Order: sequence, then structure tokens, then C-alpha cells
Amino acid sequence: MTGEEREPDVGLGDWTPESLDVPGEVRAVVSAPHPVLSRGADEVDPTAKETVQLAADLIATMKVSPGCVGLAAPQVGVGARVFAVDVTGHPKAVTTHGTFVLCNARVVEATRWKPGREGCMSVPDLTGDVKRASRLVVEGDLPGSGVPVRLVTDGFEARALQHEIDHCAGLLFLDRVAGAHAVYQRKVYL
Amino acid sequence: MNELAITVIGRDRPGIVADVAEVLARLGANLTDSTMTRLRGHFAMTLICTGPAAAEVEAALASLAAEGQLLATVRAVTPDGDVPPAGEPYVMAVHGSDRMGIVAAMTRVLVDAGGNVTDLSTRLTGALYVVLAEVELPAGVADAVLDRLHRTAAELGVEVTLRPADPDLL
Repeated sequence: MTGEEREPDVGLGDWTPESLDVPGEVRAVVSAPHPVLSRGADEVDPTAKETVQLAADLIATMKVSPGCVGLAAPQVGVGARVFAVDVTGHPKAVTTHGTFVLCNARVVEATRWKPGREGCMSVPDLTGDVKRASRLVVEGDLPGSGVPVRLVTDGFEARALQHEIDHCAGLLFLDRVAGAHAVYQRKVYL
Repeated sequence: MNELAITVIGRDRPGIVADVAEVLARLGANLTDSTMTRLRGHFAMTLICTGPAAAEVEAALASLAAEGQLLATVRAVTPDGDVPPAGEPYVMAVHGSDRMGIVAAMTRVLVDAGGNVTDLSTRLTGALYVVLAEVELPAGVADAVLDRLHRTAAELGVEVTLRPADPDLL
């Protein structure tokens, strides 16, 4: 299969953040060097009550954090393979799936690698140049229903997904920077 | 807490970093920010340390320098000097035939526009000269700066690009 033949995007179906049906609570975001950020997170049962609550909390915390387009469970101190993403309205976004949460997500296809400069809420004072695939196929489970989905995306949403899947694997952007001179002091605050 | 600015430069050989870092660790000098790189066969280290007195570090590095071809300097500095206001981050890339004054002329354009160079490296390979600079510019001046950079580059016979380096917060 070539990079041009893309598997179908099954989309989120009728899943919306409201289908979690629990109010999300804002949780404290942890910063490196916190050990939970460097540990591979555990697979979760996407239908479990605590997973649904975690999903709602991740969305709530992401929404109150200025400029935040993604948040993974390890960033709120929970070693679970769950993350929220929402790149809606971002100037670099092309394909978007709105606000969503994935459990146990994995990259199944990554092509068209492009460099870009990333920052992270858990590494607040640094940014770094990181190559990410700009075409991406990801599979994971939706919290609540547990329905497995395959998302096909690109550009900025693809970058955000790879960043969050890395968090769930215990990796920070610092683990992927392009070289010894590819990390910078972050001085521009949103 | 003493803050020390240390430079070490010498003919490159495997083990310079480990040797210098060992000396500093033994003295209880905590290595904070640093850059270390090879420049045309010389290894250059610029570091900020906190901990012991300058004289103590100087003496310890002098013994290391005596064994090989290393030159070390140590001086006490004031921690956290005035930080200029943060601007919009850009990367300036310049390349072309080597000639005198490229860095001087191009960085003068940046500073005259209120810019602040935060990182810069140059490489000369054969006839090709390359300058890469991280620069913070005041809001809204980038287009005007690029115009002036183009004019200066044309006078020097080199090429210049200026691109935003704003990070995406994920």
C-alpha cells in the first residue's frame, strides 16, 4: 500500500463530549520532571466509570487552558492511555474531528514527515523542533461506548495526536527533538 | 549562591566534556545552561554553573588544561540579569559566498529594528558561508525588517530568509 491510498476514516459516529454524560472537573497539570510523564501508561477499559470521568476531566482541563489543543492523562498525573484533542479553529489545522477523547490509541500509519516547533503544558519553559507525520491513521476506543474507531487525519491534528500518543507512551517532545541545538527557551506566553 | 560563567576551548578530542564535567561535579559546581560544540576542530564549551568560588574552579580547570591543549576561563556573574521583553520569535538564515562583515551587517539590521539575537551559529565550508540566527523582533516589524535584510544581503551578495519560529502549544 502506498502513502496515497488512505484507509477509510470511520469518524466518531454519533459520539460527542456530551455523550460522556458526566460533568468534567478541572485537574491540576503536572510538569516535568514528574515520573508519571516518563512512564508508559496502562491500557484502560474505555467503558469503565473512572475512564469516562477521566475523559470528561481531560476535556474540562483542556478547555480552561489557554491555547491548549490536547491533553493526555499522564499530564494530569494519571498513568492511563487516554487523551483529549481539539484543534478546531487552529490556523494550521486542515482536517479536524472536533473535540474528542481516545482510549488505548495507537498509530497505524504515519507518512509525510515534517518538522515543526512544539511546546507542551508539561514543559512550560522550553520548545523544540520535532518531526511529525503530516498524514496519520490512528486507531483507538471511544470512552463510554468503547466503540473502536479509525481516524484519518493530517497537518496540525496529526501533530497533536502524535504528541498525545507519545505522552501515553511516557515520551515528551524532548525525546524526539531534532538535535542538540533544537531546544529553545520559550519566551512567548499565550 | 555563586554563579559562574565558564568557557573552555581546546583541540577536539574524545572525553573533553566528561573531563570538564567531572572536575565541576567534584567541586560541587552545578552545571545549569550550557552550549558545547565543535568549531573547526576546536571544542568550545560555554557554561553557567552555580556553587563554588571562581578561584577554586579556575584552579581545578587549570590542572586539566595543563595536561592538554585546553584554555579555560572562569568568572563570577550576577544571576538573572535584566531580561529584555519577549518579542516574536524568528529564524534568520543567510548563505552565500564568504566575505568580510556578513554577520556584522545582518545583525546590525536586526538590532536597529529593536530585535534581539538569542542564538546564532555560523559555518564556513569551502566558499560557502552560512549564518543561522534565532531572533526576537518587536511585534509587527518583521516585514520591514525583511525588506532591510534583503537590501543588505543584496549589497553583500548573499541570500537571506526570515521565517516565524512560533511554537505550537500541544
